[in-house]
Amino acid sequence: MFTYLVQRLATIIPTLVFVSMLIFGLQQLLPGDPAIILAGEERDPDVVAYLRARLHLDEPLPVRYLYWVGGVLQGDLGESLRIQRPVLDLILEKLPVTIQLASMAIVIALVIGVTAGVVSAVKKDTIWDYAANVIALWGLSTPNFWLGIMLILLFSVSLGWLPASGYVPPTEDLGANLAAMIMPAFVLGNAIAAVLMRHTRSAMLQVLSADYVRTARAKGLAERVVILKHALRNALVPVITLGALEFGTLLSGAVLTEQVFTIPGFGKLIVDAVFNRDYAVVQGVVLFTATAYITLNLLADLAYFLVNPRLRG
Amino acid sequence: MRKVKGLMLAAAIAVAAGAASAQTLRIGLAEDPDILDPTLARTFVGRIVFAALCDKLFDLDENLNIVPQLATAYEWSGDNKSLLIKLREGVTFHDGEKFNAEAVKFNIERHKTMPGSNRRGELAPVTSVDVVDEYTVRLNLSAPFSPLLAMLTDRAGMMVSPKAAQAAGQNFGAAPVCSGPFKFVERIAQDRITLERYANYWNKDEIHFDRIVYVPITDATVRLANLRSGQLDFIERVAASDIPGLRSDSRFKISKIVELGYQGITINVNKSELAQKNPLGRDPRVREAFELSLDRDAIVQVVMEGESQPGNQWVPPGNPFYAKNVPIPKRDVAKAKALLKEAGVTNPSFTLMTPTNTDQQKIAQVVQAMAAEAGFDVKIQSTEFATSLNLADKGQFEAYVLAWSGRADPDGNLYSFLHTGAPLNNSGYSNPEVDALINQARTTLDVEARKKIYEQVAAQVSKDRPIIYLYHRYWLWAYTNKLSGLRTVPDGMIRVQGLKMS
Repeated sequence: MFTYLVQRLATIIPTLVFVSMLIFGLQQLLPGDPAIILAGEERDPDVVAYLRARLHLDEPLPVRYLYWVGGVLQGDLGESLRIQRPVLDLILEKLPVTIQLASMAIVIALVIGVTAGVVSAVKKDTIWDYAANVIALWGLSTPNFWLGIMLILLFSVSLGWLPASGYVPPTEDLGANLAAMIMPAFVLGNAIAAVLMRHTRSAMLQVLSADYVRTARAKGLAERVVILKHALRNALVPVITLGALEFGTLLSGAVLTEQVFTIPGFGKLIVDAVFNRDYAVVQGVVLFTATAYITLNLLADLAYFLVNPRLRG
Repeated sequence: MRKVKGLMLAAAIAVAAGAASAQTLRIGLAEDPDILDPTLARTFVGRIVFAALCDKLFDLDENLNIVPQLATAYEWSGDNKSLLIKLREGVTFHDGEKFNAEAVKFNIERHKTMPGSNRRGELAPVTSVDVVDEYTVRLNLSAPFSPLLAMLTDRAGMMVSPKAAQAAGQNFGAAPVCSGPFKFVERIAQDRITLERYANYWNKDEIHFDRIVYVPITDATVRLANLRSGQLDFIERVAASDIPGLRSDSRFKISKIVELGYQGITINVNKSELAQKNPLGRDPRVREAFELSLDRDAIVQVVMEGESQPGNQWVPPGNPFYAKNVPIPKRDVAKAKALLKEAGVTNPSFTLMTPTNTDQQKIAQVVQAMAAEAGFDVKIQSTEFATSLNLADKGQFEAYVLAWSGRADPDGNLYSFLHTGAPLNNSGYSNPEVDALINQARTTLDVEARKKIYEQVAAQVSKDRPIIYLYHRYWLWAYTNKLSGLRTVPDGMIRVQGLKMS
């Protein structure tokens, strides 16, 4: 166990170093001088020169990389030159928003996706199955921004039930917070639900034709027990893995959905930063999400290790 | 006892009155502002927030006259090389500090010396500031400088608390302390900026809101949806295509103001060797033919659904400094063809670079179609905004669709673009005669005399065509019909003084 842990941790360091180089290197491929765009409409030569110095733009690439990594190792992710705030502050400000949105979306996706998947597997080749498939196809093929705007027009503009966009911290007003988050969470969850539904359906069909399910039925168990207790549990394993992966992706920000609903999460932060060439923010956010992803991956591996006796040897 | 009762009653009335007027104004902005420090700030949208946060020495009125704000009067010296400013008494900053001549001196010097200051260039002619007495300052200039007062109606004239600025240093923008009607409460990046009424504001009778919340929403459709659903009271920069729908909805009102800036096509006439490689940059006759192939009214109809004013100069036709001797040329394809023939290029081809923004891409497409009728082969090169700026600065373009948000003084729309070697002179235009005239206008304080000079500039520039000016956008605002007292000043700022919700 201990050696395994050490081995896994040892692979993280080169991965992170590689990731940091990749983030930094890719960013340099972006055309356009960050000092010029940050200097605003006037592009005053003095201001451009000042910003170039602040960004170390006149130094060679490896030196700039070392400046950045040196800061990161001391917990300093740099500063947004556009709004003059430490990148770490911005990340910590957006993190709860992104986690909440991702969690709500994944719960919605699981509820819709698994239910529809089970129904369509159990009622295979009936109207229920077809209906679930049509809904899934719709979820997959509807662009997020379009669905978002349609929901806003229906629930905010026409019916006036929900706020059109914006974000309220849950500590300020939980009701208002949920009202603001439900539409974006649904838009995101809807697309993932479709994927989960397809997977649940095929996993369920496979499990339902397994020997032990036939045995359970032969024992005279109620159909409900057979489906929910015996079949679904086994069918859920791949679905949960997939759900976890989707959750990880959601954590790195949902660009279009955040844009439409003006939710101040990672997606909006990073897109604005790219367009404004606010390099420190782009680097900081990508490094942060990459680290989070790698850590989650490690935890998942450790969980497998603990759960599966065969791995322990 | 009776006295106590009376006091309680008075207190109760005060509380009730306070509750009744406890109102928040929610404004949807088209972008997230940058640093909220007047010295460092670099964006148009940031200025909208400053309009409620930081008072300036002077302000503009609807007709672009310069009117006092923190200043009460001014006087130029006989040689026009110093400006004496009388200051308003009884003004305090949001931290309670006194506004006086020392504070003005501090602010002007801060603008001039702070690293990264975006105001240094604007205040370059100011050499020193004298404190004459507690409420009088004198700005000494190296030479007469007519745009100075207009500069002081914008960020260069904004006054921040010296004490707070010294304490915060470079981080002042995170929690700015000014002397405007509202004080800073909090900012959540990309989400909102909250301001709260400043109880000791010198002009507090004009303020009828307790809070202002600015919400940046970049998508125009979403911004509008927020207004329609009542989440916002006011939105700026409404999409032109949404105006007909809004007009038929009695819950909302619309305001239109012609901007101070312009939308135009910059032509590389001398910026790099590319200028000599294509007929458009090389030959003024080809540029004239190109301009004659364009129909500005049609461009405005197609691109902006009519919600802009066609124009041919750096200021819009209604501006006091518009040169009337150079009217908007009419489209004349036959003449354009004849000019091309005369120049010996019947089928000139050039690349028109445009940022990937909807309006500007539409301009490029319309221009391409119109110019084709005169025989031009225009290739469109859509380029992401930051990249396009870089290419423009390096002269890696033949023609470039670019807008300028405009400044109150015409010099701000002119000098940086057309003076030899100026920072935004992407066309590489250099005409000693025009340089001399622009410089002369800068040192001429008399408005009528300045107009005469600009007429000469316009006459020459309209022949050389380093920039072909197309139109001036409207600032399109939509807001709830309960809002009254809105002032429409061409700088596009939302002034909160006098603004009221019924």
